[in-house]
Amino acid sequence: MTETNVDKDLLLDIYRRAWLIHQADAKFRAMITTGQLQILYYSPRGQEVVAAAMMAALRPDDYLVTIYRGIHDQLAKGIPLKELWAEFAGKATGTCKGKGGPMHITHPETGVMVTTGIVGSGMPIANGLGLASQLNGDGRVTVCCFGDGASNIGAFHEALNMASVWKLPVIFLCQNNLYGEHTPYAMSTGAERIADRSISYGMKGVRVNGNDAAAMHAVAREAVARARAGEGPTLIEAMTFRFNGHLLGDDSHYIPKAEMEAAKAADPVPALRRTLLETQVSEATLAALEAEITAQVAEAAQFALDSPYPDLRENRIDVLDVEMLDNREIAA
Amino acid sequence: MNAPLKKITFGQAFHMAMDEAMAADERVILLGEDIADGQGGGVYKTTLGLSAKYGDARVRSTPIAEQAIVGAAIGAALVGYRPVAEIMLMNFITVAMDQIVNHAAKLRFMSGGQTSVPITIRTISGAGRGFGGQHSDMLEAWFAHVPGLKIATASNPADAKGLLLSCIEDDNPCIFIENTPTYRTSGPPPEPGYRVPLGKAAVQREGRDISVIGYGRPIADALAVAGKLAEEGISVEVVDLRTIAPFDAETVLNSVAKTGRAVIVHEAVKEFGVGAEISSRIHEELFRDLKAPVARVGSRYAPVPFSPVLEKDWLYSQADIEAAIRKTLG
Repeated sequence: MTETNVDKDLLLDIYRRAWLIHQADAKFRAMITTGQLQILYYSPRGQEVVAAAMMAALRPDDYLVTIYRGIHDQLAKGIPLKELWAEFAGKATGTCKGKGGPMHITHPETGVMVTTGIVGSGMPIANGLGLASQLNGDGRVTVCCFGDGASNIGAFHEALNMASVWKLPVIFLCQNNLYGEHTPYAMSTGAERIADRSISYGMKGVRVNGNDAAAMHAVAREAVARARAGEGPTLIEAMTFRFNGHLLGDDSHYIPKAEMEAAKAADPVPALRRTLLETQVSEATLAALEAEITAQVAEAAQFALDSPYPDLRENRIDVLDVEMLDNREIAA
Repeated sequence: MNAPLKKITFGQAFHMAMDEAMAADERVILLGEDIADGQGGGVYKTTLGLSAKYGDARVRSTPIAEQAIVGAAIGAALVGYRPVAEIMLMNFITVAMDQIVNHAAKLRFMSGGQTSVPITIRTISGAGRGFGGQHSDMLEAWFAHVPGLKIATASNPADAKGLLLSCIEDDNPCIFIENTPTYRTSGPPPEPGYRVPLGKAAVQREGRDISVIGYGRPIADALAVAGKLAEEGISVEVVDLRTIAPFDAETVLNSVAKTGRAVIVHEAVKEFGVGAEISSRIHEELFRDLKAPVARVGSRYAPVPFSPVLEKDWLYSQADIEAAIRKTLG
């Protein structure tokens, strides 16, 4: 167990972020299963605390690069809920005017720079953000989130090596949920621990129980301090689990029942709630915080449904920095 | 103060462009294999001296890791830098396709215009030096098929400098293709401050009877053929695209509307090449004005071979251009 002296306010902050993720996920799933949203959805349920504890260690102007299973990272980083929801609904009021969609969320104001749908491709870009911070001397840190499967992609190796050689202020946060799509860890990964891969890059690597808010935050805080001090990158392997399969609709048939049941019994969100109650946070405080967030989620969902779709002209804008001609008119 | 050069090579033009860009804007940084002085200033010495002048922080030799190079350029560009990434040879760009196609090209659009990727990827290729199948390909058509990228290449050193500067200053991701066999070919230097605007073709020689449309190395061949045919009274117009994508349809169509005949030439293999797009566009818009079908000249449908006799046979030639012109003239 990592030594921690996490105070009550910090744990409450982490819980606030985790509950927001938990509620947003529940609402997204409800809207998808009732046909109100038709999207590919990669639920982060089970991984809430990893993101909440990591992002609680950051400054608002730090950068995030994440992947298509990413609402936990984005929400924990502070992305506005309404705009995120509208983007998932393909609406003009979305973060990206409905042009990116669930797998391509960007919101530079909160540091959400890239969300990629290509496994393993975020790390090279995170290095570039880190390089910019290093050149600027602005002390910003970049967190790059990915899953255990991504550590088997070539770009992981290229990017971690470069980050180490250049001592970039980047934190590579591997959220190891033990399954890459439907394939278990041991069938796809030769290393016993992903954190051990850091050794081959001359990089600090650490494995942590990502579902333990205090332990996860302690590791995150240390990595952030290292990056800000110009001492280079860190590979964090945060052990976690996912409860709703790879893609929503997948019934997790490839996960042994006992494994799933054990993971759900250790559900990190109620576990953190219990810890808070033990540290003298009142039930009333938590209930009020939860009710407020649940209301915000409902409001954001309604905002998305009520928002207009983008103008079709958007297809000719943002391709390059000038508006494109209508190629159907040309052909006609 | 050094006296102005009477002639400069392509390689010098590229160097001058990067030097000027770095002097003018400290957000311009260079990334690539061996590009700093300590590593030799690049495989073609194109960046030699720049790390001494601007520092190793801005001129960075990288690991041999093309995805990491392009990714680093993209990330830095997202927050205000204007990186120039050198991919030593164009075939090596295949290793970085995900970064270029899925990210550099699309992030502006997918973010709804919140971010942009003002990077320039310099890369070299071209057959004729016995480099074989994995060091010689011209792959511009792949990138031209990806919305969100600009692709440019120059046919003379003056344009090379002006075009590379325009790429570095442009707010979009640009792929700038340099040519191996003509790297030391020289020509008049441009005036100070000269820029070749992206998306603008140039009529390099005016003519009445037929338009030859191309870019890069084959322009010099087309001009040579045009000079030869002029002695027979055949008047050939030569249109140099300079920007391959998005291409300057207006200049191309104006030229062909005038001459009524067109030959498109590129070094890349003819099949599914850039020439197919331009030819199609001409047929779509000028079918009634055409006096003959548009002809295409390209290299053979095979990997670039090694043996000099095979390589010569593989590569397009001035004779191919001349034959296509004569056939199109009827």
